Amino acid sequence: MEPSTQKLIHTFGALADLGQEIAGTGDFTEMVRTSLHLLLGTLALRRGAVAECIDEGSLRCVAVWGLGDELLSGWTIAETEKHQLLDAEAKECLVRYSDKSFISRNFDGLSNSGIELVLPMIVRGDVTGLVLLGGKASGEEFSNADFETIKAMTRHIGVGIHTHRLLEQVAQRAEENRRLYEELRAIYRDTVRAFAAAIDIKDKYTQGHSERVGRYSEIIAQEMGWSEQEVEGIQIAGYLHDIGKLIVDRDIINAPYHIDAKRSSDLNRHPAAGYEILSPINHPYADIPLMAKYHHERLDGRGYPDGLTDEQIPMGAKIVSLADAFDAMTTDRPYRRRRSFEDVVRDLRENSGKQFDGKVVTAFARAILKEVNGEAKKRPITKMLGKGYLEGENVRGLLTDLISELESRSRGAAAQTVTS
Amino acid sequence: MDKPSPGLVRSHCVGTTAVVYASDYLNKLTGEKIERECRRQLDCGCRALVIDFSDTQLVNSIGISILLGIIDVAERNGARVVFSEVNDQTVELFEMLGLTRHVVLAKDEHEALLNLSHYETTPTVH
Repeated sequence: MEPSTQKLIHTFGALADLGQEIAGTGDFTEMVRTSLHLLLGTLALRRGAVAECIDEGSLRCVAVWGLGDELLSGWTIAETEKHQLLDAEAKECLVRYSDKSFISRNFDGLSNSGIELVLPMIVRGDVTGLVLLGGKASGEEFSNADFETIKAMTRHIGVGIHTHRLLEQVAQRAEENRRLYEELRAIYRDTVRAFAAAIDIKDKYTQGHSERVGRYSEIIAQEMGWSEQEVEGIQIAGYLHDIGKLIVDRDIINAPYHIDAKRSSDLNRHPAAGYEILSPINHPYADIPLMAKYHHERLDGRGYPDGLTDEQIPMGAKIVSLADAFDAMTTDRPYRRRRSFEDVVRDLRENSGKQFDGKVVTAFARAILKEVNGEAKKRPITKMLGKGYLEGENVRGLLTDLISELESRSRGAAAQTVTS
Repeated sequence: MDKPSPGLVRSHCVGTTAVVYASDYLNKLTGEKIERECRRQLDCGCRALVIDFSDTQLVNSIGISILLGIIDVAERNGARVVFSEVNDQTVELFEMLGLTRHVVLAKDEHEALLNLSHYETTPTVH
């Protein structure tokens, strides 16, 4: 093969490899190091370095081969020196002949390191760094073709470094945005919690109710395998489910006895009113207004405000509904003491499939059982229910029986569906 | 002959000469392994390196750069470098790029070792 042909093939191979390297998304320093190897290997140059311009004209060595790591330490390049190199021909950048300020000023350091050529990396008309190259292993002078090859590869490397730096900036901004978004979410959650507390203040007997419904809803959704985002959403829905009570007369809410039909009708407006309040808000989670609107719907269609049945009710609303009812049963009310756990479990069993969704009740029972069995890392339910409430001898048995009965019902229903 | 662990370069020593075997394609990954092995052998006191290219089909630009780095390190350590069993195409490439100014090419490992033994017995001229 003709030497010139072989040289062309060798150079083209290196250019192809360089393009691939620069387009890659790997480690930045490794990219520059490999690019330097490719440039050195194309012309068999014995040593070289790639430096980038950083703040206030400082130079930072990104990759070095065949030279000491301390090369360029403390070196700077002035704007005027950059401009000189920007306009210079490659031949004018040969260390031994150059009158360019940066090169002549650093002549000793460059010569002593065996650097023969200093070329600027130019991106969009700006010097972004320098490529410093030693002589050819052949001992020959650089030819015009060599200069063209070096210039082409230096441009590639410059663009590669610039692109990687831009990507780093984009990633940094994305990270900042992510942090800001996290902060906003935290602010949103805190605001909603504060709002929930404000809702509950209106009702002197159910203080902390909305907060607890939010937590119970979160626990149930987690147990049902919902995503982190969905779990956060249902927690918010729990906090805000009673927001419609803001429009209900305080006397009705605080009535220390069962209220009459008229007052009951007023109170029952709160889910729809909640929907009206929440709908105009652009929540970061889906369906929060609907969960507030339908948290008093029942599977048997006897709920309100719309009398929806099973599949018409969003799963989120079913969860909030159970959390709401559970908290109502397990806290004191003006007209009664809270119910025993045995009584609550009986209610859940009887009303599963009528008022509550069996799958939701099963999930909640499982979450409680995990706490009772000591399998959960934290015990938020136990804490919310207060000391002693889940410590009865038969608690575990009640939960186990409830879960197995509801699972059995679910299997039976599934079998019936298949048969029909 | 030493058997290499996975990911390591095959090599063995004959006296103070280390014979290091290059792989089928001398690129960045394999080149850096060879470089590390050569540096290790020099650090262990070897005075000469034979890099055997009998398995090597292709050497790319990065391979050239790394080989030049090995030559540089060897020269700084006062060690000689011989390339053995280099195929015709790679010989042309080494000649074209001037690597042959810095290393001796030997037909095979035996010739390489013979060459180096001659060098070792040649008195140094001051």
